[in-house]
Amino acid sequence: MGNIFTAFLVGGLICVLGQLLFDLTPLTPGHILSAFTVGGGVLGAFGVYDGLIEFAGAGALLPISSFGNALVKGAMSEAARTGILGVLTGMFELTSTGITAAIIFGFFMALIFKPRG
Amino acid sequence: MIYSSPDKGAHFLVDRRWVSEWTGFKHPRPPVFKNAVSAFLFGGLVCLLGQLVLELFLSLGMPQQQAGNPTVAIFIFAAALLTGLGVFDSIAQVAGAGVAIPVTGFANSVTAMAIEFRREGLVQGTASKMFALAGPVIVFGVVTAFVIGIISAIL
Repeated sequence: MGNIFTAFLVGGLICVLGQLLFDLTPLTPGHILSAFTVGGGVLGAFGVYDGLIEFAGAGALLPISSFGNALVKGAMSEAARTGILGVLTGMFELTSTGITAAIIFGFFMALIFKPRG
Repeated sequence: MIYSSPDKGAHFLVDRRWVSEWTGFKHPRPPVFKNAVSAFLFGGLVCLLGQLVLELFLSLGMPQQQAGNPTVAIFIFAAALLTGLGVFDSIAQVAGAGVAIPVTGFANSVTAMAIEFRREGLVQGTASKMFALAGPVIVFGVVTAFVIGIISAIL
C-alpha cells in the first residue's frame, strides 16, 4: 500500500492540482473541494482510485478525493450485496470515521477554545 | 484556501476576487509557481507523514482495508487541535492547497466554524454552522455516490 516516496509524490501532485485551480480559475475552495470529491467518486466507480491507493497509500487516502471514492465504494458494494436499498444503507459505511471524527473533535475544540478577534 | 477567522487576513485570501470587485482595488496576481511548489512540498509532507502513520497501523497487524481509518482520524484530530490553537492559519498561509486538499482542510473548516460561531451558542452557533463550509463536500459526494450506486445496482 504505497511507500513514503509514492505517498509524497502523488499526495503532492494532487495538492498542486488544487492550488492551480485555486490560483488560475475563479473557483472558490468550496467548488474545488467538491470537484475533488466528485472526481474521486467517479474514479472510484471504475476501480481506478483503489489502484491509486495501492500505489500511493496515504498519498491517495488523505486527499479529499478519497472521501468521494469511499462513499461510492460503500454505496456500490452494499447495493451489490443487498440490492438497490444498499445504496442508502451502505453510503457511509466506509466514511463514518472521517465524518464522526470531524464532528466530535470540532465540537470539543469549540468547547475548549474561544473564538479569536 | 483558508477558511477560518473572518476578521483576520486569512479570510481575505479566500474572497480576494470578490473583494477586489467590490472595492475596485486591484490585487497583484498570485505567485502561481511559488504557490504550486509550496502546495507540492506541504501536501507531499502531509501525505508522507500519513504514510508513516498508515504503516505503523499496518505493522500492528491491522488489515489494509481498515488501516486508513485511524490514520484519517489522527489527521483530523491534529488539524482540529492546530485550528483551536490558532496555528493552522499560519501553516495554511504558506501551504495553501497543501493542507486544504488533504482531510486536514476538511477538519479545519469544520473546527474553525464550530469555534467561530460558539459565541452564538452551542445549538444555533457551533452545531448549526459547523458544516457551513464543509457541507458542499458531503452533499456532492453523497449525490455522486447515490447516482453511481443506483446505476451500478441496475446494470
